[in-house]
Amino acid sequence: MTTLAETAPGALQVTDRKSARAFVDTHIVPYADAYDRQGRVPEELLERMTAAGLWAPFLPRETGGGGMDLVTLGEVHEEVGRGCSSVRSLLTVHTMVSWAVQRWGSPAQREQWVPALGRGDVLAAFCLSEPGAGSDASGIATNVVEKNGGWVLNGVKKWITNGQRADLFLVFARTATSIGAFLVPRDSPGVEVTPIEDMLGTRASMIAEISFRDVALGPDALLGPSGFTAGMVLTGTLDLGRYSVATGSVGIIQAALEACAAYASRRTVGGSLLKDLPLIQAKLSDMVTDARAARLLVAEAGRLKDAGEASTIMATWVAKYFASTAAARHASEAVQIHGANGCGHDYPVARLYRDAKVMEIIEGSNEIQRITIASQAEREII
Amino acid sequence: MSGNAKEQILDFVRARYPQAEIDETQDIFALGFVNSLFAMELVMFIEKTFEVTIPNDELKIDNFRSANTMAELVDRLSPARV
Repeated sequence: MTTLAETAPGALQVTDRKSARAFVDTHIVPYADAYDRQGRVPEELLERMTAAGLWAPFLPRETGGGGMDLVTLGEVHEEVGRGCSSVRSLLTVHTMVSWAVQRWGSPAQREQWVPALGRGDVLAAFCLSEPGAGSDASGIATNVVEKNGGWVLNGVKKWITNGQRADLFLVFARTATSIGAFLVPRDSPGVEVTPIEDMLGTRASMIAEISFRDVALGPDALLGPSGFTAGMVLTGTLDLGRYSVATGSVGIIQAALEACAAYASRRTVGGSLLKDLPLIQAKLSDMVTDARAARLLVAEAGRLKDAGEASTIMATWVAKYFASTAAARHASEAVQIHGANGCGHDYPVARLYRDAKVMEIIEGSNEIQRITIASQAEREII
Repeated sequence: MSGNAKEQILDFVRARYPQAEIDETQDIFALGFVNSLFAMELVMFIEKTFEVTIPNDELKIDNFRSANTMAELVDRLSPARV
């Protein structure tokens, strides 16, 4: 198997927070606003991410992965999210699909896809949302029927992150008895990708609508168990996605804090630096506090995942809810601190503000998060 | 292992649903509170607690109906004991 070091000798390898920070500061932060304006992440960065081993470093070493624990993966995604939420979103969906194939795939499916997903030779997208179904997965209308020993897929998926670029789609569709997950290569006849442009936030995450018209799939397209446990593929995959979004939200808070600290240290009002004004200090101190609190919640969720504890699911809901709402709040305050400058293109905070709003919606809206947190609390406590 | 496994499984289910009265033979699906989330939690709990990996072909509803059937699953998946 070709290793990353062989494909890009001398390239910076991302193995922890420190190396992720160095990668992000060099290759992402200077260009994130340009990606946002252009509405896409350039191929050059995708290749650099491949060379750095960023796509799925948590995959087991025996499959060519880095065997990275999920606490460290969360720290890496936080750093990428600090640089650019669009890039982090690409990592999120690729992580979800890579994990799902590794966790639920048959030996043949793992052999076919996992090494390529780990290297980044194949990029993946997660296809759940539809024009009429978002957080409510039970409302999906895309369907598959068994035919000639295989499957025929029909339906439309919408708001698919990296749909414009991904090579492999993990598509959730209604079967005769439940909901199943299907691996669909992009080049399958009947697959049509339509870019969705000009989104509010994560504008460079190459979102698409994907239509499946009589797409013929082999019997090996079904990923994971069928029957009552089929929903676990969705539950487990979304859990990891929420974890990544939570880490990315911490990254947004940190980016807002760093931008505001720099701005407040040189901008004067009435002869005083902004940083010396009590109301500005209050905003900055709240950012510091929430960044630390959100980071701890994310780390707890990651630690529980590494330990295989079932309670990680609840911990991840809480982390995602807290971190995303804090990110939206502080990104708004970051624009406020920057005043009119914060509303233009010369500073990153307008992008942070738009991206943060998205974090409150994706991988389960925060309303759904609150319902599930309350439901879990009710059955455990009340 | 089965007796111990049954108790640990029952403890886990009762901790999640303290209001439910459950014994080792009771069909938890018949109680109406099992969903894909709880199924995921059950699988994670069993794999973590008993250090087993549940293959896809064992992820069948009948294996998870009661503490008895889950304990039998654990026995099948555990390394042979001497």
